Amino acid sequence: MSAGAVFDDRTAIYRQIADRLREDILRGVLADDEQVMSTNQYAAFHRINPATVAKAFQELVDAGLLYKRRGVGMFVTPGCGERLRAERRARFVDDVLGPVLDEAERLAIPPEEIVAVIRARSTTAKGHP
Amino acid sequence: MSDSAPFTPSPIGGHTIELRDLTVRFGSTVAVDSISTTMRAGAIVGLLGRNGAGKSTLMRTLAAHRRPSSGTVRIAGEDPYEHAQLMADLCLVRHDGDFNLDVSVADSIAIAAALRPRWDAAVLERLLDRFQLRSDRTKVGALSLGQRAALAVSIGIATGSPVTMFDEPHLGLDAPSRYAFYDELLATYMAAPRTIIVSTHLIDEMAALFEDVIIIDHGALLLHEPADELRARGIELTGPAAAVDALTAGMSVLSSRTLGPTRSAVVLDRLDADMRARATAAGIALGPIPLQDLFVALTSEEAVR
Repeated sequence: MSAGAVFDDRTAIYRQIADRLREDILRGVLADDEQVMSTNQYAAFHRINPATVAKAFQELVDAGLLYKRRGVGMFVTPGCGERLRAERRARFVDDVLGPVLDEAERLAIPPEEIVAVIRARSTTAKGHP
Repeated sequence: MSDSAPFTPSPIGGHTIELRDLTVRFGSTVAVDSISTTMRAGAIVGLLGRNGAGKSTLMRTLAAHRRPSSGTVRIAGEDPYEHAQLMADLCLVRHDGDFNLDVSVADSIAIAAALRPRWDAAVLERLLDRFQLRSDRTKVGALSLGQRAALAVSIGIATGSPVTMFDEPHLGLDAPSRYAFYDELLATYMAAPRTIIVSTHLIDEMAALFEDVIIIDHGALLLHEPADELRARGIELTGPAAAVDALTAGMSVLSSRTLGPTRSAVVLDRLDADMRARATAAGIALGPIPLQDLFVALTSEEAVR
């Protein structure tokens, strides 16, 4: 267990930080024009090297997801949550559904059965919003 | 460097450390073996190595406590050995603190403060509070090992030295004290960046604090690179032995274990999309591995060189 327990030591930490911020923006945890934590606050909170944190934030600035206001801090670019959702939707079939369908084929689960599961689930979800 | 050249310490950001073919021998033993590398000013560097790898000797040489047998050390461009001004900028904290046990806590602190031009009394006070220590007439020898270790790291942080080194600071510190040490080290570093070198065996606990990692083995430099790059490079491939061998041919294989028909190999290599596809097709699972396991793979006696 690392001192900054939220991040694992298996993949580049700056990448994990950037992914996490993307996820927060996508879920709306970070709203349009909302200020994000400063590099130093983030580093101190998670016990991570500030240069590593700065690299992650810079990656999001370069990607247009965050913008800087000199002397004030970094903010979420308006509309980028929707942009991230659109990107994620475009990759949904390849990244998420594809492997599931491959596995279903290996297990000889007929497509109708999968469709039935999806229908049942969406009904349940509507019943319990 | 001529002795008359005026030495101007960097106001902020710590010093750059350059080693060229640095070698330190004790009789016939080579403790540090021809190390050449440059440590960036203002980076927190993790110095990793097994017991007896030469970490302490290397740090003592950087702190100008020892003279190199051959090769050079340059800190802020100058040879630190017997360089009084530069030595005031170099702080090495060993876990027992190198204290004179007959001297009081208050006097030990006063001595450190007098020797260190960038001494920060407010930081020291905060640290003493945090570690529940008091600057009083108690002899250092009467402190517990844990209290002595906490006093040592507190003084090390408060020196504000442009090059601050901690040799196995975890020894003697319990888990809450270690976390306090990490917090304070980061807080003071962010307030005033400096070059910090920490040797430790608690790799998984400290790794996130390091910007760069140096690994030495048998006195020699194995690698020196950004910690995040090292994390991204280590991959474990597990699958049918023949398939793993075929795929890893030509890669830098650090270690390999076999159980029946299955082989698991750790490589230090980036795999491109094509390699990943080939691995999947051959029934090989790819997994990232933690820094600590990479370190073990790199420095175990069985490590494939």
